[in-house]
Amino acid sequence: MVTFQEYFDALLEGKVLGLKCNDCGAYTCPPKAVCDNCNSRNLEKAELSGKGRIMSFTTTYIAPAGYDKEVPYVVAMVELEEGPWIVGRLDIAGEKADEIGQDLIGEEVAVSGKEFPTEMFYPDKKRRVVPVFKLLTGV
Amino acid sequence: MEKRDVAVLGVGQTKFGYHSDKTLVDLFAEAFYEAFEESNIELKDIEALYYGNFVGEMTDGSANLSGFIADDIGLKGVPARRFEAACASSSVAFREAYLAVAHGMYDCVVVGGSERLYNAGTAIGTRALATAVDGLHEMTAGLTFPGVFALAARIYSKKYEIPMDELHEKMALVSVKNHKYGAINPKAQFYNKFGDLKVEDVLKSKVICSPLTLFDCCPMTDGGSAVIIASADFAEDVIDNPVYILGTGQSGAGGLFRQKEDIIRAIPRKKAAEMAYREANLTPNDIDFVEIHDCFTIAEIIATEAMGFFEYGKGADAIAEGETWIDGKLPVNPDGGLIGKGHPVGATGTSQIYSVVKQLRGEFKYNPVKNAEVGMTDTLGGDFGTLVNVILGLHRRGK
Repeated sequence: MVTFQEYFDALLEGKVLGLKCNDCGAYTCPPKAVCDNCNSRNLEKAELSGKGRIMSFTTTYIAPAGYDKEVPYVVAMVELEEGPWIVGRLDIAGEKADEIGQDLIGEEVAVSGKEFPTEMFYPDKKRRVVPVFKLLTGV
Repeated sequence: MEKRDVAVLGVGQTKFGYHSDKTLVDLFAEAFYEAFEESNIELKDIEALYYGNFVGEMTDGSANLSGFIADDIGLKGVPARRFEAACASSSVAFREAYLAVAHGMYDCVVVGGSERLYNAGTAIGTRALATAVDGLHEMTAGLTFPGVFALAARIYSKKYEIPMDELHEKMALVSVKNHKYGAINPKAQFYNKFGDLKVEDVLKSKVICSPLTLFDCCPMTDGGSAVIIASADFAEDVIDNPVYILGTGQSGAGGLFRQKEDIIRAIPRKKAAEMAYREANLTPNDIDFVEIHDCFTIAEIIATEAMGFFEYGKGADAIAEGETWIDGKLPVNPDGGLIGKGHPVGATGTSQIYSVVKQLRGEFKYNPVKNAEVGMTDTLGGDFGTLVNVILGLHRRGK
């Protein structure tokens, strides 16, 4: 088992933790109770490469209460090299992302973590760690 | 186990919009009494209350509302419970109520919902709605609901090789259509507004989450809706216009990041719809019209595909070719949908039932679907976390 605390601690050190299934070999990330592919509980903690590619993104201009100081920000979904998808923020200005548009999809990124202030309803009452995606190629 | 046939006795819906002076209880009561007055029963006939509400805690500081509502509307002491499944709250409540009557637990119950998102304001409303994404791994990035469907729109564009600008023009037609129909629905939030909306108006409105603009999104809404259902035998004894519940289905999924590229195929919706078709012994071809969960323009397109009406990747063409307009092959959202009518989250599902029942009874005068005998609803809770479909018809289920 990897707790969310452990997962986010690792992310702040630039590491992506997940679970490797000893039955089917698939990776599950973020961690959960069973293998995301075969439901096995025969899992072991694994460090993933921390590399992936952008599958989709959106620049958020209207934010929820607690996030409004951060706009505009770019939320992205990244497919990690090992297969799982994670949600985080793209390290690029919102306007720039919109200017590039669909061509951002498929671009390679490296994953790390950045600490933000938490908010009233967020499950971690001390901090909010956001997965941050840095583009590996110039755009 | 053999299920009894179940029918709708009466339906009610408040005007959707801004209700600063009515509580969640008041809104439910108003909808309930409209449904009750056409049901030709006494209060003592109603054996249980099924109530849908999403975020009463955040908007009104109230949870545990079902008992208060039962007491307020004159159903003191009946078993009452609240169902929460984000935007599908009252659809899940409806399905549970239906199953309870179908399996003989009760003969007659009331189901509905109420919500006050408009009154809560945009910042609280947006945060409240965002409680339906993964609270940890999606919320940390500040993902909102327009954001979820913006991500989906970009994947749709990429996967089906439709340039984003071209796709957005087709998406905008969903807003044009649903505002056109909402503008003539007296109970809609945008009654008499935006009936002449143009594609350019949608594309040029304020960007919320790129590429989605304000007019790609449904509004924040206050409102209530209620439906009284009973066994078909009971219904036929008390009213002469029962509408029958022919099939229901429900499925679900984990976060967007678990569904991956499947978010544009909406697999839980496919499963729920197939479950409903199977129970009703019908196919998508038998459905005369649908009230679909168009929380965002792209959402309606994705839904029409997953429910089996159009092939994957062809839903955007279908709206552009007129197939989902009132005189098309499959009218979609003749009541204005969430975009034109409004989206009081916990009340939305049973308001779709309201519209389908009115339409089948021939009482939906302002935008009638010709010769409609079978209608269907589709309600999405969260980022595909919960999906509910209901099929209703003018005749009992064929064996």
